[in-house]
Amino acid sequence: MKDLGQPLVAGRILPGFRLSLGYMLVYLTLLLAVPLAACLAKVSSLTASQFIAAVWTERARSAYLLTFGASFAAAAINVPLGLLLAWILVRYEFPFRRILDSLIDLPFALPTAVAGLVYANLYVKNGWLGQFLVPLGIQAAYSRLAIVLVLTFIGLPFVVRTVQPVLETIDAEIEEAAASLGATRLQTFSRVLLPALGPALTTGFALTFARSLGEYGSVVFVSGNIMFKTEIAPVLIVNQLEEYHYAEATAIALVLLAGSFATLAVINSLERWSRRHGC
Amino acid sequence: MDADRHAVATAEPQRRFRQDPLLIRIPLILAGIVIVGVLIVIPVVNVFYQALSHGFGTYWRNLVDDADTRHAILLTLIVAPISVALNVAFGIAAAWAVTRFRFSGRTLLVTMIDLPFAISPVVAGLMFVLLFGLQGYFGPWLRDHGVRIIFALPGLILATTFVTLPFVARELIPVMEALGPEEETAALSLGANGWQIFWRVTVPNIKWALLYGVILCNARAMGEFGAVYVVSGHIAGQTDTMPLRVQKLFDEYNNPGSFAVASMLTSLALLTLLAKVWLERKTRREIAAGARIGSAVPRIDDIGETP
Repeated sequence: MKDLGQPLVAGRILPGFRLSLGYMLVYLTLLLAVPLAACLAKVSSLTASQFIAAVWTERARSAYLLTFGASFAAAAINVPLGLLLAWILVRYEFPFRRILDSLIDLPFALPTAVAGLVYANLYVKNGWLGQFLVPLGIQAAYSRLAIVLVLTFIGLPFVVRTVQPVLETIDAEIEEAAASLGATRLQTFSRVLLPALGPALTTGFALTFARSLGEYGSVVFVSGNIMFKTEIAPVLIVNQLEEYHYAEATAIALVLLAGSFATLAVINSLERWSRRHGC
Repeated sequence: MDADRHAVATAEPQRRFRQDPLLIRIPLILAGIVIVGVLIVIPVVNVFYQALSHGFGTYWRNLVDDADTRHAILLTLIVAPISVALNVAFGIAAAWAVTRFRFSGRTLLVTMIDLPFAISPVVAGLMFVLLFGLQGYFGPWLRDHGVRIIFALPGLILATTFVTLPFVARELIPVMEALGPEEETAALSLGANGWQIFWRVTVPNIKWALLYGVILCNARAMGEFGAVYVVSGHIAGQTDTMPLRVQKLFDEYNNPGSFAVASMLTSLALLTLLAKVWLERKTRREIAAGARIGSAVPRIDDIGETP
């Protein structure tokens, strides 16, 4: 750490290096490093068998399965939805296009508790949408389907916003070349455009997945939180905490953290890969 | 971006090979409108409909006559600005350190800034309970000295600040990186001191990015649920913020009351979107080339970036 502050240009010209870096380090240490360390310390107070007993109960296993499964489903649904929305926003002119474009971001701006509240209300038997769906046997409130649905809402902007800029920069000449070589529109789309959008679609998928893994506020409203059926891992953590099972809660939290960190690592390597390959 | 795209669309006539036939175009557009309609528009309309379903008078009474709801609104208005202010100071310091100097460990620090986005809000809250809760590492010491962090205001601020930590820094870093140190170095060579450089050169250059970061940070701070839920203890009239109040009223089967509070939060979200559109137009006009707000790829919890 001695040769910190190697200059940006010749000589460390601008002032404020110590102050800004010092402040940043103190802030990150207090707010990030110490709390994370507390997490690890708490878990390390468990023996290996206690740890396994905590994270691998039947209840916990079904919670992981639901959390990862519902997140995967929501992310998978968002890939075609996001591609379609990005496509019409970039390629077509139609009334209210700009409003539609702005509305895509609403799930990021809307507090998750509000999303949960309104989704729980829309899909119950006498809700606006539930009145049509429930008679068909579709229970989109207080069910696993409800969890996937609300996670789809929460993650909607990710795929759209990763695909949109890539779609905009695709050269018209590529499509022209494909067309002049006799490709149909469908062939051009599936053989030329889709491969070019691949990295963006994968990144969007992974971002939606990672976000969904940790989601709590919206799911807690719509899921009903029934043990073994609709209890996701974050809800299980809160339940353990409320019963003062701190070590168990932390152990489950660690599993969840490992899941999201792994996803983020995949995203980062994807980004590096696509930058190197000039997509 | 819309303006740019529009300009491109009119300047360069739609070429035949790129244009899909109407038979494809119209169903796709309709499908897109249905998706956004069902997932986004209907829920937003439903919030206001439910909130106002018993008339405006009831709506108003739900917000104003309920002491606990009043307190929740007040608490949110205390917690959010403090968290935003803390993260503005951090964001500026971090952006300055990371973009104006090169040092070992720099990339690691930039990665660390994004970390809170990868941590479930519930886990964030849990970490502070482990530190400051009664059974936590500092719990006994805090109790002996009469300091309450968990189930009290400091805990709410800590949890909210943690969750919103990346917002301002992430907007400032790419902008300051793109601007480069030339103007500041020039000011220095003309004899300006550090604070003069900062206030007269840096701040005018980054003001819109800063405002953008503040708006996003504030929206998330006011709406945060999971992290705050864990540390608050849900004491009505004491540690319930607006999103927590929404849930409590919902649990008490007070739907109109719950939706009344939710409608305020929804209005905040809509205002945030409006401000975002306005700011993006403004910066697009001001900075025709070079720096733009935000990074290319949206991250977790980011309000979508449009280049």
